[in-house]
Amino acid sequence: MADTFTIHLKIWRQDGPDKPGKLVDYTLDNVNEHMSFLEMLDVLNEQIVAEGREEPVEFDYDCREGICGSCNLMINGRAHGPKAMTCTCQLHMRNYSDGDTIVIEPFRAKGFPVIKDLIVDRSAFDRIIEAGGYVSVKTGSAPDANSIPVDKSVADTAFDYATCIGCGACVAACPNSSASLFTGAKLAHLNRLPQGEPERKRRTVAMVEQMDKEGFGDCSNYAECEAVCPKGISISAIAEMRRNYVKAALAGDEV
Amino acid sequence: MASFLQALKSQVGRKILTGVTGVGLIIFIIFHLATNLQVFGDVHAFNEAAYALESMGWLLYILEAGLAVAFLLHAYVGISIWWRRRKARPRGYEKYQSKGGPSHVTWASKSMIFTGIVLLVFLIIHLDTFKFADPGTVILPGGGEARDLKALMLATFQQPIYAFGYTAVMILLGFHLGHGFWSAFTSLTMKHNRYSALIYAAGIVFALLMAVGFLFIPLYIYFGGGCEAALIQCQ
Repeated sequence: MADTFTIHLKIWRQDGPDKPGKLVDYTLDNVNEHMSFLEMLDVLNEQIVAEGREEPVEFDYDCREGICGSCNLMINGRAHGPKAMTCTCQLHMRNYSDGDTIVIEPFRAKGFPVIKDLIVDRSAFDRIIEAGGYVSVKTGSAPDANSIPVDKSVADTAFDYATCIGCGACVAACPNSSASLFTGAKLAHLNRLPQGEPERKRRTVAMVEQMDKEGFGDCSNYAECEAVCPKGISISAIAEMRRNYVKAALAGDEV
Repeated sequence: MASFLQALKSQVGRKILTGVTGVGLIIFIIFHLATNLQVFGDVHAFNEAAYALESMGWLLYILEAGLAVAFLLHAYVGISIWWRRRKARPRGYEKYQSKGGPSHVTWASKSMIFTGIVLLVFLIIHLDTFKFADPGTVILPGGGEARDLKALMLATFQQPIYAFGYTAVMILLGFHLGHGFWSAFTSLTMKHNRYSALIYAAGIVFALLMAVGFLFIPLYIYFGGGCEAALIQCQ
């Protein structure tokens, strides 16, 4: 029985968007060290369903392989749990030991209203993308990408920023609830490639303005977002966003 | 131009304003400390430095006006960022902790609003104690009748409330600069993965130098007994 143990959970339960919520205690025996964090919650839900006293805990997930950005839990006060560059779904119970208490809360921000329990509405990110996170003209299909020369270092840096999966951990962990790392990463990805460059100024201003409208806070350069980002995206993206924004504002005509 | 002013009101614009005014205030305190350290020079060095400043006439008024604008803008934007932060997360976490690693969530960065407001209140008291006080005058050897700020400084810091109050505030200034220096670079878009750690470390060293430099003077005067102190020459 060396690899199974007991975990105490304090999980945020909230019936709906405007309902009051509270932390509810659960105890889960027979937690296997090979379980992912979400599998542990699946086991908890089976236990809750079997007991039949209350509804199972609602939480978000899709791919469970760290690439979709759907899972989003605040685990013991840290977005996606204690490990660096790890999504909640890729966190395994071997990181915990017998008798540990784990507090699980939803990502909290005005821009991410709670839908139920641990699920929040992250469509604010979609609206930031809609404001400018695209290239307006058809730039060809996959083979055409090779017909435009892009410096290797530029392509690599753009790819580093393109790894953002839009999970929202940056907002959740930011003491100011700022969406600057998400917005900055999308801008840094698109603005530096030849296909995205012509719309650089318009895109930067539009996405920054949308981020403001969604009620996200200001960036105070805490860099906590970089620490919790499952893809390890650097806050250099935020500095770059500011630089492009100032250039666009000084140019005037396209603001 | 209208669109540029509009841009300054955005999230990015506010941060640029904080950075620009912050750099202005950093330059100011470097000069302020350099002037303060003249108290360890010869008998009249400190009063001569102050007299030279006051003899600048209209140029001094322009510099003072710029400084006042920088202080007020810096405080206004800082308070508005704090206000928006409260609205951006109406319900806080039951449990929150930093993940460490590249994070700069520290007491210094989390307390910018507290240390900032303390510095603002301190500034008012400080201006009342020194700038708008009437310390009497002294005739300088090079001619000219200067305000005897050195005597006022020595008298003020022999009172424990001033000596220790100033020391406490200067420690808070150190914390404010500890985050502010690095943050200003990043706000003004000077952020590069390779130099980031270096700039952060330089910020800590700068903050320590400023805090220790400023708080050394009141403590030295208090414990050294003013004119009795070895490093201070009086008439």
